[in-house]
Amino acid sequence: MELNNLPKPEGYSDRDLDKKEGEGIESLQQQYKIAIEDPDAWQEAQGSHNFILGSADALINWARSSSVWPVNAGLACCAFEMISAASSRFDISRFGMEIFRPSPRQADLLIVNGTLTWKMAPQLRRIYDQMSEPKWVIAMGSCAISGGLFKNSYAVVPGVNLVVPVDVYVPGCPPRPEALLYGIQMLHKKIKKQSTLQNRKQG
Amino acid sequence: MTTALAATEIAAKLEAALPGSVVESNGNTVVVKDVQLFRAASYLKTTAGLDFNYLNYLTATDYQTHFELIYDLISIEHNHHIILKTRLTDREKATVASVVSLWRGADFQEREIYDLFGINFPEHPNLKRIFLWDGFQGYPLRKDFKH
Amino acid sequence: MALKTETFILNAGPQHPSTHGVFRMRLTLDGEVIQDVEPVFGYLHRGIEKLAEGLTYPQDIVFTDRLDYLASMTNNQAYVVAVEKLAGIQAPERAEYLRVIMAELMRISSHLMAVGFLLNDLGAFLTPLLYMYREREKILDLFDMVCGQRLTYNYMRIGGVSQDIPEEFIPALKKYIDSLPGFINEYEQLLATNEIVLIRTKNVGILTKESAINYSAAGPVLRGSGVKWDIRKADPYSVYERFKFEVPVGSVGDIYDRYRVRIEEMHQSIAIIRQAMEQLPQGEIQAKIPKVLRPPKGEAYGHIEGPKGELGFYLVSDGSTNPYRLHVRPPSLINLTALKELLVGVKIADAMAIFGSIDICVGEVDR
Repeated sequence: MELNNLPKPEGYSDRDLDKKEGEGIESLQQQYKIAIEDPDAWQEAQGSHNFILGSADALINWARSSSVWPVNAGLACCAFEMISAASSRFDISRFGMEIFRPSPRQADLLIVNGTLTWKMAPQLRRIYDQMSEPKWVIAMGSCAISGGLFKNSYAVVPGVNLVVPVDVYVPGCPPRPEALLYGIQMLHKKIKKQSTLQNRKQG
Repeated sequence: MTTALAATEIAAKLEAALPGSVVESNGNTVVVKDVQLFRAASYLKTTAGLDFNYLNYLTATDYQTHFELIYDLISIEHNHHIILKTRLTDREKATVASVVSLWRGADFQEREIYDLFGINFPEHPNLKRIFLWDGFQGYPLRKDFKH
Repeated sequence: MALKTETFILNAGPQHPSTHGVFRMRLTLDGEVIQDVEPVFGYLHRGIEKLAEGLTYPQDIVFTDRLDYLASMTNNQAYVVAVEKLAGIQAPERAEYLRVIMAELMRISSHLMAVGFLLNDLGAFLTPLLYMYREREKILDLFDMVCGQRLTYNYMRIGGVSQDIPEEFIPALKKYIDSLPGFINEYEQLLATNEIVLIRTKNVGILTKESAINYSAAGPVLRGSGVKWDIRKADPYSVYERFKFEVPVGSVGDIYDRYRVRIEEMHQSIAIIRQAMEQLPQGEIQAKIPKVLRPPKGEAYGHIEGPKGELGFYLVSDGSTNPYRLHVRPPSLINLTALKELLVGVKIADAMAIFGSIDICVGEVDR
C-alpha cells in the first residue's frame, strides 16, 4: 500500500482544507475594515478596567516571602536535618529557597540550627549583622530555643534569642525536616503581615 | 583479642629499670610516681617486647584528694595493652611531664586536660586552652567547679 | 636580587562552607603554600563530660547521641558497652545482633556522608552529596521504623535495646541491602576513574604508617595508611567474632586511600548485615537490670570501632547512680592531631580536601 493513496479523514481533503482557509480570509476581511487607533488612546480608554491595583506591601511581601534565601550556616546536629530539608526528598525549593548562600550578605534568613556556645556567639552575631535588611531568624531545635539538653552547661548560650532576635521557633531535638518546612511556612505568613513602609521593629 | 598484660610483671620490669618509680600495680594498671612518669612512659615505648607505640587515650579524673592521669597504651604489633597511671596531689600547682615527644597523639589531649582540669604540662609545645576561651574562670571538670 | 615575600594569615571558619560544622583553622600562607596551621576548637564545646556527671547512667545515653551526630547508633553502642562492662551486665543475644545491624547501617550512612563531603570539598559542589543523601535517607527510614527517630535514636539501652524490630523491618532491610551495592558501584564508576578526582586525591596528604601510629590516628585514617587495626578484629566486642569480613587497608596513606577504605568498608558492612540477618536469633531483647542502676565502685573502658575510628568511653563509678567521671575517647579530635603535619607545605586548595578526608564531626571533637 502506498502512503500517498491513503484515504484522508472526512472533511480533511485538499479541497476541504482550501475551502476552510478561504473562509477564514473572507471573515477577517469583513472584520477589519476600520483602521486601528493609536495605541496610546486605546490604552487610556481601557486602562481603567484592565489593571489590578493593590497595596505595595502586598506585592513586596509576596515577592519577599517567595524567595527567602537562607544563609548556609550549620552549628550542630540540626544542620543535617536542614540539609535533609534542602535535599531532593523534602525539597525546600518548592518554597523558592533552595539557594543556600555561603555569604550572609546575600541571604535573608538565618536558620540557627544547633547548640550555640558562648565561644560561637560573637560569630553568629556577626553573621546576623552582615545580613542585609530585611532579614529573619528561625531558631531550629531545642538547643537554639532554650539551650535544651545543654541548658545547664557552663559553655552554652541558653537560647539564641539572647544574641539574635528570633522570628520563628521550631521545636524538636532535632526537628524533622517536615517541621522545619512548617516553620518556614509560618515565617512566610509572618512576612506577609509585615509593612515595608513602616520601619521594621528591631529586636 | 587485645591481651591485657599482667601489671605485676610490667611493674617488676619498671622497678628494675627505674628503681622507686612504681607506686602500686594490680590487674592491668600500673601506677607510677608523677616525677618518674616520663621515664616510665619512655621505657614502655622503647623496650623491645613491650613496644607500646600507640597511645590510645589520655585523660584525668579529679578524686578531690588528688588528680589521676590515665594513659592507655597499646602495642599494635603485639596487640597488648596496659594502663599507666599517675597521681598528682598538689591541686594548686598540678604539674606533670608532657608525653608529646613520645606520642604526638597526646598533643590535643594534654591541652584538653590543661583546659578542663588545670593540670600543667611544662614541655608541651603549645599549651593553651583548647575548648574554652581565653579568660574563662575555673576548670570545669574539677569537682569543686561552680558554674 | 631575591624578592622578599611576606606571610599572610587566612582564617577559615568557624562559619565556612567546607569546615564540616564549626571548626576553625588559622592558616599562615606564603603565597599559596601553607606555612603553619593552628586549628581552633571549642565552638561546639557543650560540656557533655561535666553534664553527664549530674545525670544517671541511662540518662547519659541521650548525650552520646549528640556527640557524633552522623553516627548516633555507634555512639549509643560504645556507651552501653562501657556501662555493661562496668556493671557486669550481659545483653541478650538478639539485642547484640540488633546492635550490630544498626551499627553497621550507621557506618554505611556515616561513610556515605564522609565521601559526599569529601567530594564537596574537592569542588563537586552538592551534586554527589545529594546522591549520598538519597541513600542515607533510606537508612534513616529504616531507623525511623525501628525507633521513631531520624537523627538521635537513643535506641540502645543498658543491657539491650529499647524495642524489638517491627515485622516489616527485615524485608525492608533486605531490599535495601540488595540494592545498595549497585548504588555504591554507580558512584564508583562516576568517581573512582574520574580524572579530576584522581589528580586531586592521589599522592596528596600522605600520612605515613609510622606517623599515623604516633599520632594515635584511628579508623579509616589509620587503615588508609596501611595499618591493619580494627577493633572489631583486634579486640572483638558484641558478636563480631561470628562474622566473616575483611579489614580493607590502604598502601600510600593519601586522600585516595582513605576514600577507598571507606568505600570498601561499606561493602564489608553490607556483608556483615547479611550474615547478621541470617543468624538473627529469637528471644529477649533486654536483660534484667535493676530499676536503679548502681554499678560497683571501679572503672571501665569500653570501646568499639566507630565509623571515624576507635570510639571509647572511660567511666569511673563511685557506687552511686551517676557516673563519677565520664570521658569520651573522641576519634575525630585525635585524628585531627595529624592535620598540622599533613597541611604544612601543601597548597591552600588541597587543604580542604585533606581536611575533608579525615572526616570529623565537630560534635565529637568539642563534646
